[in-house]
Amino acid sequence: MKDRSHIPSSEVTPEETFLNRRFFMKSAIWAGSTLATAGLYRTFSPRPEVANTGAAIATVAEPALQTTLAADEKVNSFTDIAGYNNYYEFSTDKSAVAAKAKNFVTDPWSVQVGGLVQKPRTFDLADLLKFESVERTYRFRCVEGWSMVIPWVGFPLSKLLSQVEPLSSATHVAFETYYDIKQMPDSRYAGIDLPYVEGLRLDEAMHPLTLLATGLYGKTLPNQNGAPVRLVVPWKYGFKSIKSVVKITLMDREPPTTWSLANPGEYGFYSNVNPKVDHPRWSQAHERRIGEMGSRPTLMFNGYAEQVTHLYKGMDLSVDF
Amino acid sequence: MTFSADTRFHRQLFVFNGLLPAVLILIDGWRGKLGANPVEFVTRATGVLTLVFLILTLLVTPLRKMYGWNWLLKQRRLLGLYAFFYGFAHLLTYLAYDRDWQLGTVIGDVYKRPFIAIGMFSFLLMVPLAVTSTNAMIKKLGGPRWAQLHRLTYYITIGGVLHYWIIVKSDVTYPFFFAVVLAVLLGWRVVASIKKARGAAPRAS
Repeated sequence: MKDRSHIPSSEVTPEETFLNRRFFMKSAIWAGSTLATAGLYRTFSPRPEVANTGAAIATVAEPALQTTLAADEKVNSFTDIAGYNNYYEFSTDKSAVAAKAKNFVTDPWSVQVGGLVQKPRTFDLADLLKFESVERTYRFRCVEGWSMVIPWVGFPLSKLLSQVEPLSSATHVAFETYYDIKQMPDSRYAGIDLPYVEGLRLDEAMHPLTLLATGLYGKTLPNQNGAPVRLVVPWKYGFKSIKSVVKITLMDREPPTTWSLANPGEYGFYSNVNPKVDHPRWSQAHERRIGEMGSRPTLMFNGYAEQVTHLYKGMDLSVDF
Repeated sequence: MTFSADTRFHRQLFVFNGLLPAVLILIDGWRGKLGANPVEFVTRATGVLTLVFLILTLLVTPLRKMYGWNWLLKQRRLLGLYAFFYGFAHLLTYLAYDRDWQLGTVIGDVYKRPFIAIGMFSFLLMVPLAVTSTNAMIKKLGGPRWAQLHRLTYYITIGGVLHYWIIVKSDVTYPFFFAVVLAVLLGWRVVASIKKARGAAPRAS
Protein backbone atom coordinates (compact mmCIF):
# COMPACT_ATOMS: atom_id res chain seq x y z
CA MET A 1 0.00 0.00 0.00
CA LYS A 2 1.32 3.40 -1.00
CA ASP A 3 1.96 5.92 1.67
CA ARG A 4 0.12 9.08 0.71
CA SER A 5 0.29 10.71 4.08
CA HIS A 6 2.57 13.52 2.80
CA ILE A 7 0.08 14.62 0.13
CA PRO A 8 -3.09 15.50 1.92
CA SER A 9 -6.00 14.84 -0.41
CA SER A 10 -7.49 18.17 0.61
CA GLU A 11 -4.73 19.89 -1.44
CA VAL A 12 -4.84 17.68 -4.55
CA THR A 13 -8.52 17.96 -5.27
CA PRO A 14 -8.79 21.75 -5.39
CA GLU A 15 -5.91 21.95 -7.89
CA GLU A 16 -7.58 19.41 -10.17
CA THR A 17 -10.84 21.29 -10.00
CA PHE A 18 -8.94 24.47 -10.76
CA LEU A 19 -7.23 22.93 -13.81
CA ASN A 20 -10.46 21.40 -15.00
CA ARG A 21 -12.22 24.70 -14.73
CA ARG A 22 -9.40 26.41 -16.62
CA PHE A 23 -9.52 23.75 -19.30
CA PHE A 24 -13.29 24.17 -19.54
CA MET A 25 -13.03 27.97 -19.75
CA LYS A 26 -10.35 27.81 -22.44
CA SER A 27 -12.35 25.33 -24.47
CA ALA A 28 -15.42 27.52 -24.18
CA ILE A 29 -13.47 30.57 -25.39
CA TRP A 30 -12.01 28.57 -28.27
CA ALA A 31 -15.39 27.24 -29.32
CA GLY A 32 -17.18 30.57 -28.81
CA SER A 33 -14.66 32.64 -30.76
CA THR A 34 -14.47 30.09 -33.57
CA LEU A 35 -18.25 29.98 -33.88
CA ALA A 36 -18.44 33.79 -33.82
CA THR A 37 -15.75 34.27 -36.47
CA ALA A 38 -17.04 31.50 -38.74
CA GLY A 39 -20.64 32.65 -38.19
CA LEU A 40 -19.80 36.22 -39.17
CA TYR A 41 -18.07 34.94 -42.30
CA ARG A 42 -21.07 32.76 -43.19
CA THR A 43 -23.47 35.68 -42.74
CA PHE A 44 -21.69 37.59 -45.46
CA SER A 45 -20.70 34.76 -47.80
CA PRO A 46 -22.96 33.98 -50.78
CA ARG A 47 -25.12 30.88 -50.47
CA PRO A 48 -28.13 31.28 -52.77
CA GLU A 49 -30.27 28.19 -53.12
CA VAL A 50 -32.47 28.41 -56.18
CA ALA A 51 -34.63 25.96 -58.08
CA ASN A 52 -36.40 26.42 -61.39
CA THR A 53 -39.96 25.98 -60.13
CA GLY A 54 -41.73 28.12 -62.73
CA ALA A 55 -44.47 26.92 -65.07
CA ALA A 56 -43.41 25.77 -68.53
CA ILE A 57 -44.00 28.21 -71.42
CA ALA A 58 -44.53 26.89 -74.94
CA THR A 59 -42.36 28.59 -77.56
CA VAL A 60 -42.18 28.67 -81.33
CA ALA A 61 -38.82 28.18 -83.02
CA GLU A 62 -36.87 30.95 -84.79
CA PRO A 63 -33.88 28.94 -86.07
CA ALA A 64 -32.64 31.54 -88.53
CA LEU A 65 -32.49 34.34 -85.96
CA GLN A 66 -31.22 32.37 -82.97
CA THR A 67 -27.94 31.24 -84.55
CA THR A 68 -26.79 34.85 -84.88
CA LEU A 69 -27.53 36.05 -81.33
CA ALA A 70 -25.04 34.37 -78.98
CA ALA A 71 -23.56 31.83 -81.36
CA ASP A 72 -21.54 28.99 -79.79
CA GLU A 73 -21.31 30.74 -76.42
CA LYS A 74 -21.86 28.68 -73.30
CA VAL A 75 -25.19 29.45 -71.65
CA ASN A 76 -24.97 30.25 -67.94
CA SER A 77 -26.43 27.85 -65.40
CA PHE A 78 -29.85 28.49 -63.90
CA THR A 79 -28.16 28.80 -60.48
CA ASP A 80 -25.96 31.64 -61.72
CA ILE A 81 -28.79 33.42 -63.52
CA ALA A 82 -31.27 33.12 -60.64
CA GLY A 83 -28.77 33.41 -57.78
CA TYR A 84 -26.94 36.62 -58.72
CA ASN A 85 -29.29 39.53 -59.31
CA ASN A 86 -29.34 43.29 -59.17
CA TYR A 87 -32.80 44.05 -57.83
CA TYR A 88 -32.28 46.93 -55.38
CA GLU A 89 -35.90 46.86 -54.18
CA PHE A 90 -35.08 43.57 -52.41
CA SER A 91 -31.37 43.91 -51.62
CA THR A 92 -28.22 45.53 -52.93
CA ASP A 93 -26.44 42.22 -52.27
CA LYS A 94 -26.76 40.28 -55.52
CA SER A 95 -26.52 36.94 -53.73
CA ALA A 96 -29.25 37.84 -51.24
CA VAL A 97 -31.97 38.93 -53.71
CA ALA A 98 -33.28 35.41 -54.45
CA ALA A 99 -34.09 34.69 -50.80
CA LYS A 100 -35.57 38.13 -50.14
CA ALA A 101 -37.80 38.07 -53.25
CA LYS A 102 -39.09 34.60 -52.46
CA ASN A 103 -42.56 35.68 -51.33
CA PHE A 104 -43.03 38.53 -53.80
CA VAL A 105 -46.62 38.39 -55.12
CA THR A 106 -46.66 38.41 -58.96
CA ASP A 107 -50.12 37.05 -59.56
CA PRO A 108 -52.51 38.84 -60.03
CA TRP A 109 -50.55 41.32 -62.13
CA SER A 110 -51.43 44.03 -64.60
CA VAL A 111 -49.46 46.22 -66.95
CA GLN A 112 -50.99 49.58 -67.79
CA VAL A 113 -50.11 50.69 -71.32
CA GLY A 114 -51.05 54.26 -72.18
CA GLY A 115 -49.86 57.77 -72.96
CA LEU A 116 -49.66 58.77 -76.62
CA VAL A 117 -51.51 55.76 -78.01
CA GLN A 118 -54.68 55.18 -79.99
CA LYS A 119 -55.94 52.33 -77.77
CA PRO A 120 -54.74 52.48 -74.17
CA ARG A 121 -55.13 49.14 -72.46
CA THR A 122 -54.35 47.15 -69.33
CA PHE A 123 -52.83 43.72 -69.86
CA ASP A 124 -53.14 41.11 -67.17
CA LEU A 125 -50.82 38.15 -66.82
CA ALA A 126 -52.98 35.86 -68.96
CA ASP A 127 -53.03 38.48 -71.75
CA LEU A 128 -49.23 38.64 -71.70
CA LEU A 129 -48.84 34.88 -71.83
CA LYS A 130 -51.15 34.80 -74.90
CA PHE A 131 -48.48 36.47 -77.05
CA GLU A 132 -46.64 33.92 -79.15
CA SER A 133 -43.46 33.21 -77.17
CA VAL A 134 -40.00 32.65 -78.53
CA GLU A 135 -36.76 31.58 -76.89
CA ARG A 136 -33.88 34.03 -77.33
CA THR A 137 -30.42 33.38 -75.95
CA TYR A 138 -28.76 36.76 -75.44
CA ARG A 139 -25.55 38.00 -73.93
CA PHE A 140 -26.32 40.12 -70.85
CA ARG A 141 -23.74 42.73 -69.88
CA CYS A 142 -24.01 44.48 -66.50
CA VAL A 143 -22.60 48.00 -66.15
CA GLU A 144 -20.59 46.64 -63.18
CA GLY A 145 -18.36 44.67 -65.56
CA TRP A 146 -19.76 41.13 -65.43
CA SER A 147 -21.79 39.29 -68.05
CA MET A 148 -23.86 36.16 -68.62
CA VAL A 149 -25.52 34.32 -71.49
CA ILE A 150 -29.23 33.87 -70.74
CA PRO A 151 -31.90 31.82 -72.53
CA TRP A 152 -34.89 34.18 -72.24
CA VAL A 153 -38.46 33.35 -73.12
CA GLY A 154 -40.71 36.18 -74.23
CA PHE A 155 -42.00 38.15 -77.18
CA PRO A 156 -40.86 41.29 -79.02
CA LEU A 157 -42.08 44.47 -77.30
CA SER A 158 -43.10 45.73 -80.74
CA LYS A 159 -45.96 43.21 -80.78
CA LEU A 160 -47.48 44.69 -77.63
CA LEU A 161 -46.88 48.27 -78.75
CA SER A 162 -48.53 47.71 -82.10
CA GLN A 163 -51.68 46.48 -80.32
CA VAL A 164 -52.08 49.84 -78.56
CA GLU A 165 -51.18 51.79 -81.74
CA PRO A 166 -48.72 54.58 -80.81
CA LEU A 167 -49.66 58.04 -82.11
CA SER A 168 -47.36 59.68 -84.65
CA SER A 169 -46.36 62.21 -81.98
CA ALA A 170 -44.89 59.47 -79.76
CA THR A 171 -41.07 59.39 -79.77
CA HIS A 172 -40.16 57.61 -76.52
CA VAL A 173 -41.40 54.85 -74.21
CA ALA A 174 -41.27 55.05 -70.41
CA PHE A 175 -41.35 51.98 -68.14
CA GLU A 176 -42.02 51.63 -64.43
CA THR A 177 -41.34 48.79 -61.96
CA TYR A 178 -43.84 47.68 -59.31
CA TYR A 179 -43.08 49.24 -55.95
CA ASP A 180 -44.47 48.39 -52.52
CA ILE A 181 -42.35 49.05 -49.45
CA LYS A 182 -44.33 46.43 -47.50
CA GLN A 183 -43.22 43.72 -49.91
CA MET A 184 -39.80 45.32 -50.36
CA PRO A 185 -38.75 46.49 -46.88
CA ASP A 186 -35.03 46.54 -47.68
CA SER A 187 -35.62 49.09 -50.44
CA ARG A 188 -35.00 51.71 -47.72
CA TYR A 189 -31.29 50.97 -48.08
CA ALA A 190 -31.25 51.00 -51.90
CA GLY A 191 -29.93 54.56 -52.10
CA ILE A 192 -31.94 55.23 -55.28
CA ASP A 193 -35.37 56.81 -55.74
CA LEU A 194 -38.16 54.28 -56.27
CA PRO A 195 -40.24 53.20 -58.11
CA TYR A 196 -37.56 52.29 -60.62
CA VAL A 197 -38.11 53.93 -63.99
CA GLU A 198 -36.48 53.37 -67.38
CA GLY A 199 -36.96 54.49 -70.94
CA LEU A 200 -36.17 53.84 -74.59
CA ARG A 201 -36.48 55.78 -77.79
CA LEU A 202 -39.47 54.47 -79.76
CA ASP A 203 -37.27 53.01 -82.53
CA GLU A 204 -35.22 51.16 -79.90
CA ALA A 205 -38.43 49.85 -78.32
CA MET A 206 -39.73 48.69 -81.71
CA HIS A 207 -36.46 46.93 -82.60
CA PRO A 208 -36.98 43.19 -83.13
CA LEU A 209 -34.29 42.30 -80.56
CA THR A 210 -36.10 44.19 -77.76
CA LEU A 211 -38.05 41.63 -75.74
CA LEU A 212 -40.66 41.57 -73.06
CA ALA A 213 -39.49 38.46 -71.21
CA THR A 214 -41.89 36.32 -69.23
CA GLY A 215 -39.50 33.43 -68.61
CA LEU A 216 -36.07 31.88 -68.80
CA TYR A 217 -34.84 28.34 -69.26
CA GLY A 218 -38.26 27.43 -70.65
CA LYS A 219 -40.22 28.40 -67.53
CA THR A 220 -41.86 31.51 -66.08
CA LEU A 221 -39.44 34.02 -64.54
CA PRO A 222 -38.14 33.56 -60.99
CA ASN A 223 -39.15 36.55 -58.81
CA GLN A 224 -35.54 37.72 -58.47
CA ASN A 225 -35.18 37.96 -62.26
CA GLY A 226 -38.10 40.38 -62.57
CA ALA A 227 -41.24 38.25 -62.56
CA PRO A 228 -43.72 38.20 -64.07
CA VAL A 229 -42.65 40.39 -66.99
CA ARG A 230 -39.49 42.37 -67.68
CA LEU A 231 -37.76 44.18 -70.48
CA VAL A 232 -34.66 42.76 -72.17
CA VAL A 233 -32.57 45.08 -74.36
CA PRO A 234 -29.47 42.99 -75.11
CA TRP A 235 -27.26 45.73 -76.57
CA LYS A 236 -27.61 48.00 -73.51
CA TYR A 237 -26.26 47.66 -69.96
CA GLY A 238 -28.40 45.42 -67.78
CA PHE A 239 -29.99 48.20 -65.73
CA LYS A 240 -31.92 49.35 -68.83
CA SER A 241 -33.71 45.98 -68.85
CA ILE A 242 -36.24 47.00 -66.20
CA LYS A 243 -37.84 44.29 -64.07
CA SER A 244 -41.42 43.54 -62.92
CA VAL A 245 -43.00 46.12 -65.24
CA VAL A 246 -46.38 47.62 -64.27
CA LYS A 247 -46.55 50.65 -66.52
CA ILE A 248 -45.58 51.42 -70.12
CA THR A 249 -46.20 54.99 -71.30
CA LEU A 250 -45.66 56.42 -74.79
CA MET A 251 -44.28 59.97 -74.65
CA ASP A 252 -43.09 62.79 -76.92
CA ARG A 253 -39.87 63.44 -74.95
CA GLU A 254 -37.04 61.56 -73.25
CA PRO A 255 -38.37 60.05 -70.00
CA PRO A 256 -36.37 60.24 -66.75
CA THR A 257 -34.43 57.06 -65.86
CA THR A 258 -33.51 55.96 -62.34
CA TRP A 259 -29.73 55.63 -62.59
CA SER A 260 -29.21 58.81 -64.57
CA LEU A 261 -31.34 60.65 -61.99
CA ALA A 262 -29.17 59.17 -59.22
CA ASN A 263 -25.89 59.99 -60.93
CA PRO A 264 -26.13 61.82 -64.28
CA GLY A 265 -22.36 61.93 -64.75
CA GLU A 266 -22.06 58.16 -64.63
CA TYR A 267 -25.22 56.79 -66.26
CA GLY A 268 -26.72 58.21 -69.42
CA PHE A 269 -30.11 57.71 -71.05
CA TYR A 270 -28.77 55.48 -73.83
CA SER A 271 -26.35 53.31 -71.82
CA ASN A 272 -25.42 51.25 -74.84
CA VAL A 273 -22.72 48.65 -74.16
CA ASN A 274 -19.60 50.38 -75.43
CA PRO A 275 -16.03 49.23 -74.69
CA LYS A 276 -14.69 52.62 -75.78
CA VAL A 277 -16.66 54.72 -73.29
CA ASP A 278 -15.56 53.99 -69.72
CA HIS A 279 -17.63 54.36 -66.59
CA PRO A 280 -15.90 57.11 -64.55
CA ARG A 281 -15.01 54.62 -61.81
CA TRP A 282 -14.12 51.55 -63.88
CA SER A 283 -13.19 50.47 -67.38
CA GLN A 284 -15.81 49.03 -69.73
CA ALA A 285 -13.28 47.57 -72.16
CA HIS A 286 -13.40 44.12 -70.59
CA GLU A 287 -15.91 41.99 -68.75
CA ARG A 288 -15.90 38.93 -66.53
CA ARG A 289 -18.22 36.25 -67.87
CA ILE A 290 -19.86 34.59 -64.88
CA GLY A 291 -18.47 31.05 -64.71
CA GLU A 292 -15.08 32.06 -66.15
CA MET A 293 -12.06 33.28 -64.19
CA GLY A 294 -10.29 35.40 -66.79
CA SER A 295 -11.73 38.50 -68.46
CA ARG A 296 -12.84 38.84 -72.06
CA PRO A 297 -13.06 41.93 -74.26
CA THR A 298 -16.44 43.67 -74.27
CA LEU A 299 -18.02 43.86 -77.72
CA MET A 300 -19.49 47.01 -79.25
CA PHE A 301 -23.25 47.03 -78.58
CA ASN A 302 -22.63 43.78 -76.67
CA GLY A 303 -22.02 41.97 -79.98
CA TYR A 304 -25.24 43.22 -81.62
CA ALA A 305 -23.61 46.00 -83.65
CA GLU A 306 -24.76 44.51 -86.95
CA GLN A 307 -28.39 44.71 -85.83
CA VAL A 308 -28.45 48.08 -84.05
CA THR A 309 -25.67 50.41 -85.24
CA HIS A 310 -28.04 52.12 -87.70
CA LEU A 311 -30.14 53.39 -84.77
CA TYR A 312 -27.31 55.68 -83.68
CA LYS A 313 -26.07 56.98 -87.03
CA GLY A 314 -24.54 60.44 -86.73
CA MET A 315 -24.54 60.42 -82.92
CA ASP A 316 -21.45 60.93 -80.78
CA LEU A 317 -21.76 57.98 -78.39
CA SER A 318 -19.23 59.45 -75.94
CA VAL A 319 -21.62 62.40 -75.49
CA ASP A 320 -24.85 60.38 -75.67
CA PHE A 321 -23.49 57.60 -73.45
CA MET B 1 -2.41 31.90 -14.06
CA THR B 2 -5.31 34.27 -14.67
CA PHE B 3 -6.83 34.84 -18.10
CA SER B 4 -5.29 38.29 -18.55
CA ALA B 5 -1.78 36.93 -17.84
CA ASP B 6 -2.02 33.98 -20.23
CA THR B 7 -0.30 35.63 -23.19
CA ARG B 8 0.37 32.36 -24.96
CA PHE B 9 -3.34 31.56 -24.98
CA HIS B 10 -4.21 35.04 -26.29
CA ARG B 11 -1.69 34.68 -29.06
CA GLN B 12 -3.05 31.28 -30.13
CA LEU B 13 -6.61 32.59 -30.01
CA PHE B 14 -5.84 35.69 -32.08
CA VAL B 15 -3.66 33.88 -34.62
CA PHE B 16 -6.36 31.26 -35.16
CA ASN B 17 -9.34 33.61 -35.44
CA GLY B 18 -7.47 36.00 -37.70
CA LEU B 19 -6.56 33.23 -40.08
CA LEU B 20 -9.98 31.54 -39.97
CA PRO B 21 -11.71 33.79 -42.55
CA ALA B 22 -8.86 33.22 -45.03
CA VAL B 23 -9.10 29.46 -44.47
CA LEU B 24 -12.88 29.52 -44.93
CA ILE B 25 -12.53 31.52 -48.16
CA LEU B 26 -10.01 28.96 -49.45
CA ILE B 27 -12.25 26.02 -48.49
CA ASP B 28 -15.31 27.64 -50.10
CA GLY B 29 -13.23 28.41 -53.18
CA TRP B 30 -12.00 24.81 -53.36
CA ARG B 31 -15.59 23.55 -53.14
CA GLY B 32 -16.76 26.12 -55.72
CA LYS B 33 -19.07 27.76 -53.17
CA LEU B 34 -18.09 31.38 -53.56
CA GLY B 35 -21.23 32.28 -55.52
CA ALA B 36 -21.67 33.29 -59.14
CA ASN B 37 -18.86 35.83 -59.07
CA PRO B 38 -16.05 34.47 -56.86
CA VAL B 39 -13.60 37.19 -57.88
CA GLU B 40 -15.98 39.92 -56.75
CA PHE B 41 -16.65 38.13 -53.47
CA VAL B 42 -12.98 37.57 -52.64
CA THR B 43 -12.13 41.16 -53.54
CA ARG B 44 -14.87 42.49 -51.30
CA ALA B 45 -14.23 40.05 -48.44
CA THR B 46 -10.49 40.78 -48.27
CA GLY B 47 -11.18 44.52 -48.44
CA VAL B 48 -13.72 44.38 -45.62
CA LEU B 49 -11.42 42.15 -43.53
CA THR B 50 -8.63 44.73 -43.93
CA LEU B 51 -10.95 47.38 -42.51
CA VAL B 52 -12.12 45.08 -39.71
CA PHE B 53 -8.55 44.45 -38.53
CA LEU B 54 -7.62 48.13 -38.82
CA ILE B 55 -10.64 48.98 -36.65
CA LEU B 56 -9.64 46.25 -34.15
CA THR B 57 -6.16 47.75 -33.76
CA LEU B 58 -7.77 51.12 -33.05
CA LEU B 59 -10.05 49.50 -30.47
CA VAL B 60 -7.14 48.34 -28.30
CA THR B 61 -6.28 51.66 -26.64
CA PRO B 62 -9.87 52.62 -25.67
CA LEU B 63 -10.46 49.13 -24.23
CA ARG B 64 -7.24 49.31 -22.22
CA LYS B 65 -8.04 52.75 -20.84
CA MET B 66 -11.69 52.10 -20.12
CA TYR B 67 -11.53 48.53 -18.81
CA GLY B 68 -7.87 48.08 -17.97
CA TRP B 69 -7.49 45.27 -20.51
CA ASN B 70 -3.77 45.89 -20.85
CA TRP B 71 -3.10 42.36 -22.04
CA LEU B 72 -4.60 43.40 -25.42
CA LEU B 73 -1.55 45.54 -26.15
CA LYS B 74 0.60 42.44 -26.68
CA GLN B 75 -1.72 41.33 -29.50
CA ARG B 76 -2.07 44.68 -31.26
CA ARG B 77 0.82 44.22 -33.67
CA LEU B 78 -0.64 40.86 -34.67
CA LEU B 79 -3.97 42.56 -35.47
CA GLY B 80 -2.10 45.14 -37.54
CA LEU B 81 -0.23 42.42 -39.41
CA TYR B 82 -3.54 40.75 -40.22
CA ALA B 83 -4.80 44.07 -41.63
CA PHE B 84 -1.68 44.12 -43.81
CA PHE B 85 -2.14 40.47 -44.79
CA TYR B 86 -5.75 40.97 -45.94
CA GLY B 87 -4.85 44.30 -47.54
CA PHE B 88 -2.14 42.56 -49.53
CA ALA B 89 -4.56 39.80 -50.58
CA HIS B 90 -7.02 42.55 -51.63
CA LEU B 91 -4.28 44.20 -53.71
CA LEU B 92 -3.44 40.84 -55.33
CA THR B 93 -7.06 40.28 -56.41
CA TYR B 94 -6.99 43.74 -58.00
CA LEU B 95 -3.69 43.10 -59.81
CA ALA B 96 -4.69 39.61 -60.93
CA TYR B 97 -8.30 40.13 -61.97
CA ASP B 98 -8.89 43.85 -62.47
CA ARG B 99 -5.50 44.44 -64.13
CA ASP B 100 -4.86 40.94 -65.53
CA TRP B 101 -1.25 41.28 -64.26
CA GLN B 102 -0.65 44.17 -66.68
CA LEU B 103 1.32 45.99 -63.98
CA GLY B 104 2.18 48.83 -66.34
CA THR B 105 -1.47 49.88 -66.39
CA VAL B 106 -1.61 50.37 -62.61
CA ILE B 107 -0.12 53.86 -62.66
CA GLY B 108 -2.60 55.05 -65.26
CA ASP B 109 -5.42 53.48 -63.26
CA VAL B 110 -4.31 55.21 -60.06
CA TYR B 111 -4.29 58.50 -61.93
CA LYS B 112 -7.69 57.89 -63.51
CA ARG B 113 -9.70 56.52 -60.60
CA PRO B 114 -9.58 58.40 -57.29
CA PHE B 115 -10.78 55.45 -55.23
CA ILE B 116 -7.94 53.30 -56.57
CA ALA B 117 -5.48 56.08 -55.70
CA ILE B 118 -6.84 56.31 -52.14
CA GLY B 119 -6.78 52.54 -51.68
CA MET B 120 -3.28 52.20 -53.10
CA PHE B 121 -1.95 55.07 -50.99
CA SER B 122 -3.48 53.60 -47.83
CA PHE B 123 -1.93 50.22 -48.60
CA LEU B 124 1.50 51.75 -49.23
CA LEU B 125 1.29 53.49 -45.85
CA MET B 126 0.79 50.07 -44.24
CA VAL B 127 4.10 48.78 -45.64
CA PRO B 128 6.43 50.69 -43.27
CA LEU B 129 4.20 49.71 -40.35
CA ALA B 130 4.41 46.03 -41.25
CA VAL B 131 8.18 46.27 -41.73
CA THR B 132 8.66 47.91 -38.31
CA SER B 133 6.42 45.47 -36.47
CA THR B 134 9.27 43.45 -34.91
CA ASN B 135 10.71 43.88 -31.41
CA ALA B 136 14.10 44.68 -32.92
CA MET B 137 12.62 47.54 -34.97
CA ILE B 138 10.88 49.00 -31.91
CA LYS B 139 14.21 48.99 -30.11
CA LYS B 140 16.01 50.48 -33.09
CA LEU B 141 13.48 53.31 -33.58
CA GLY B 142 12.88 53.89 -29.89
CA GLY B 143 9.42 53.67 -28.32
CA PRO B 144 8.14 57.24 -28.87
CA ARG B 145 9.29 57.45 -32.49
CA TRP B 146 7.85 54.01 -33.20
CA ALA B 147 4.51 55.02 -31.65
CA GLN B 148 4.49 58.22 -33.68
CA LEU B 149 5.11 56.32 -36.93
CA HIS B 150 2.35 53.86 -36.11
CA ARG B 151 -0.18 56.65 -35.69
CA LEU B 152 -0.29 56.47 -39.49
CA THR B 153 -2.93 53.83 -38.77
CA TYR B 154 -5.45 56.68 -38.30
CA TYR B 155 -4.88 57.94 -41.85
CA ILE B 156 -4.73 54.43 -43.30
CA THR B 157 -8.13 53.59 -41.80
CA ILE B 158 -9.70 56.87 -42.92
CA GLY B 159 -8.36 56.16 -46.42
CA GLY B 160 -9.74 52.62 -46.31
CA VAL B 161 -13.24 53.72 -45.31
CA LEU B 162 -13.21 56.47 -47.97
CA HIS B 163 -12.05 53.94 -50.60
CA TYR B 164 -15.01 51.69 -49.67
CA TRP B 165 -17.50 54.55 -49.62
CA ILE B 166 -16.59 55.76 -53.11
CA ILE B 167 -16.84 52.37 -54.83
CA VAL B 168 -20.37 51.38 -53.77
CA LYS B 169 -23.00 52.27 -56.36
CA SER B 170 -25.71 53.70 -54.11
CA ASP B 171 -26.23 51.67 -50.93
CA VAL B 172 -23.71 53.11 -48.44
CA THR B 173 -24.97 51.14 -45.40
CA TYR B 174 -21.76 49.18 -44.78
CA PRO B 175 -19.29 51.99 -45.47
CA PHE B 176 -21.45 54.19 -43.24
CA PHE B 177 -21.20 51.63 -40.44
CA PHE B 178 -17.39 51.61 -40.69
CA ALA B 179 -17.32 55.42 -40.82
CA VAL B 180 -19.38 55.71 -37.63
CA VAL B 181 -17.21 53.22 -35.74
CA LEU B 182 -14.06 54.96 -36.94
CA ALA B 183 -15.46 58.37 -35.97
CA VAL B 184 -16.22 57.09 -32.46
CA LEU B 185 -12.73 55.60 -32.07
CA LEU B 186 -10.98 58.74 -33.32
CA GLY B 187 -13.37 60.98 -31.36
CA TRP B 188 -12.53 59.10 -28.18
CA ARG B 189 -8.86 59.89 -28.76
CA VAL B 190 -9.56 63.58 -29.30
CA VAL B 191 -11.57 63.75 -26.08
CA ALA B 192 -8.90 61.76 -24.21
CA SER B 193 -6.12 64.08 -25.38
CA ILE B 194 -8.11 67.16 -24.38
CA LYS B 195 -8.67 65.67 -20.93
CA LYS B 196 -4.99 64.87 -20.73
CA ALA B 197 -4.04 68.42 -21.66
CA ARG B 198 -6.19 69.59 -18.76
CA GLY B 199 -4.16 67.34 -16.51
CA ALA B 200 -6.72 64.60 -16.12
CA ALA B 201 -6.58 60.92 -17.07
CA PRO B 202 -6.94 58.95 -19.33
CA ARG B 203 -3.99 59.20 -21.64
CA ALA B 204 -4.43 58.71 -25.36
CA SER B 205 -2.00 56.86 -27.55
